[in-house]
Amino acid sequence: MERRFEGELQDLKSRILEMGGYVEQAVEIATQALEERNAAKLASVHPLERKINHAHVVIDNACVEILARQSPFAADLRLIIAIIKINTDLERMGDQAVNISYNAEHYLADRKIDMAQDLTQMGQAVRVMVRKSLDAFMRQDIVLAQQVLESDDEVDAFKNKMFQGLLPFMKQEPQSIESALDLILIARNLERMGDHATNIAEDVIFACTGEDVRHGGQGRE
Amino acid sequence: MATLQFQTSNAGASAGTSQPTQTSEKETVLQAKNLNAYFNDFHAVKNVNLEVKRGEVHALIGPSGCGKSTFIRTLNRLHEEVPGARVQGEVWLQGTDIYAPGSDPVAIRRNIGMVFQKPNPFPALSIFENVAAGLRLAGFRRRSMLEEVVERCLKQAALWDEVKDKLKKPGTSLSGGQQQRLCIARALAVNPPVILMDEPTSALDPISTAKIEELVVKLKNDVTVLIVTHNMQQAARISNQTAFFLTGELVENGPTNRIFTKPKDARTEQYITGRFG
Repeated sequence: MERRFEGELQDLKSRILEMGGYVEQAVEIATQALEERNAAKLASVHPLERKINHAHVVIDNACVEILARQSPFAADLRLIIAIIKINTDLERMGDQAVNISYNAEHYLADRKIDMAQDLTQMGQAVRVMVRKSLDAFMRQDIVLAQQVLESDDEVDAFKNKMFQGLLPFMKQEPQSIESALDLILIARNLERMGDHATNIAEDVIFACTGEDVRHGGQGRE
Repeated sequence: MATLQFQTSNAGASAGTSQPTQTSEKETVLQAKNLNAYFNDFHAVKNVNLEVKRGEVHALIGPSGCGKSTFIRTLNRLHEEVPGARVQGEVWLQGTDIYAPGSDPVAIRRNIGMVFQKPNPFPALSIFENVAAGLRLAGFRRRSMLEEVVERCLKQAALWDEVKDKLKKPGTSLSGGQQQRLCIARALAVNPPVILMDEPTSALDPISTAKIEELVVKLKNDVTVLIVTHNMQQAARISNQTAFFLTGELVENGPTNRIFTKPKDARTEQYITGRFG
């Protein structure tokens, strides 16, 4: 039986994917601008963030309406809960892309540091995580979601490497502290983005299976 | 004078060779074993095994005609009152098989109260006498005792404040929701360990429904409630356990939280998400 409700769920999923597309673009622009040392490119992150914020509100309202009117159960309920949480993660990722663009702008106007190459690799790894988490949501693919969870360690390792590499550098060359701090903040925001992509992957697994894999599955029955 | 068996809420099953099994910490108060119900050749309930734990609300859900109402009517031997109806299998109530040869269906019904879809107070009786009816049938006559039980049961049924000044008025003078609570008070009067409710709110408005739901949740401390409902939100709101029936079979039974968030059987999932039924 085709449910009237089905159309509303599909519409919500499409909206999340559209929002996810904006987030992917924002991350890509922010990290590529850094790689290419092209500060002019960074300006286009802001209109994307406005679209992300708009989608955030629209999706939240649609979820509230569905919960109030349809009282969904089981897989429907899990999907709505996952969408509400993914929506929040995507909105935060939009903010982080903006943070990166500010730090990148500042960094590009200042002195260059060799560690930027590591940051490029980290940005690429995060982009892959974001894309895979959204693909996993779109296809309801728990194998792909699992891959995202596994790649979070790689991103964390990049961040740690950046921090460890930049600290002695800052001590040796105090005149580079501001640039190094920009790179640290960018790495920090990228790492948080990886965490949000991880959250999305966890929510996909929950929506598909009902299993709560967060924090090593602590909440399991 | 007939004897009335007052059960304490913690009355346990007596020792016996065919004791109902216990699968968790809570005591099993009622258990259907390989239960089948028929209307002539029609097999309405198919080999159902279900345990009901003391102090819980157990909801039965499923599409129309799935056998859930027939099933609960086997639990107090009401099903066999229908011409051509018969039952096979066992139903254990506190350690006694109610279908054992020689069991008295009337005595059994006294131990398992029932509330129906439409409120059915005795039309010729006052509010007081509606509640006292079961006790009088059991031979109790002492006024002070009857008054005490009537007041207690009307309070348990959250009706006392609304009727305490008009106990002599006919039960049928009350609103539909009040009549249903009166029927619940009547069922409580004989202190049954289990009350069966067959869609008790389907004829009531939302406010009366909410009052009955509140009442059911409170009552479970004193009496185990088995409730048939078409309203899945109601089952989700008030029950501890939910059993899903389909075409006479018990498809899935488990904690309500799990059934409504993560059902194991695809048919349960399809039903509760509105894909059929």
